[in-house]
Amino acid sequence: MRFQGVVLVQPKEGIADPEGSTIYDAAGALGYSGVVGVRAGRSFIVDVDANDEEAARRTIMRLGEELLTNPVIQRFSVLSVDVA
Amino acid sequence: MSRVIGVLSFPGTNCEFDVAEVVSRIGANAKLLNHRSTDLKDVDGVILPGGFSYGDYLRPGAVARFSPVMRAVEDFGRRGGPILGICNGFQILTEAGLLPGALQKNRNLSFICEEVELVVATQQSSITRTLKVGTRLRLPINHFEGNYTCDTDTERLLVERDLVVLRYVSNPNGSMNDIAGITNEGRNIVGMMPHPEREGIHFAGENGSRYELLRSFISTW
Repeated sequence: MRFQGVVLVQPKEGIADPEGSTIYDAAGALGYSGVVGVRAGRSFIVDVDANDEEAARRTIMRLGEELLTNPVIQRFSVLSVDVA
Repeated sequence: MSRVIGVLSFPGTNCEFDVAEVVSRIGANAKLLNHRSTDLKDVDGVILPGGFSYGDYLRPGAVARFSPVMRAVEDFGRRGGPILGICNGFQILTEAGLLPGALQKNRNLSFICEEVELVVATQQSSITRTLKVGTRLRLPINHFEGNYTCDTDTERLLVERDLVVLRYVSNPNGSMNDIAGITNEGRNIVGMMPHPEREGIHFAGENGSRYELLRSFISTW
């Protein structure tokens, strides 16, 4: 079966995020007084052929750890895995 | 017999010929090796030059580290072989886990291409053996992701064990501890963001000769 997973990669807590800070400053400059923080991340949509959802999720987790993320500065979460 | 320096190239590397040219001018033999090589032949040292390997897709160096040649480089490094990563080469070495930390986007989010002043922070590295601590030199930088980052434990380790090789005099990119170059605990692997192969006429080393860092590197053994 084919599954589609969505992976979100974001800067780890405590790691400076110049892109997020710049967007946050721009939001302030545009008058968004209620916006209190922005972190810049990146998402990946991964299509996987696997026997079941568990197996697809395992593959996506491994990909997240090995390739999609630099663990020194980033963390990731799998937002969803659905039948494609 | 002169030493053989393997100069690696990946798709998108663009400084390999400059590095090879300078390496030959200062008395070593440069041997270009591409990303598909599975063995380094009989090189005495390896340089990973700058550029944009794999278009910097995902993260700089993130894809290059999985090239066949990198397995050979990792083995070479583990056996104590001298490795120097310049700019994108430094990014590849951190992605591969051969050097600690990571290189993030510059603090001001701009690509920086300028000459910077550096200060030698240790003599205990393959590129600074002939330079005294405190020696100033000027080299070009040319990067978007040169902002050296690591956790505070790693930063402490780098400082305590004297593993910081070069520091910026005036930090251009937000690097922790003004770090421009580091070495590993085995002291055989060095990564630096500035380009020693592009050293211009402004070299300010105390003995006044050009390419002192690379001269040191090619005579490490």
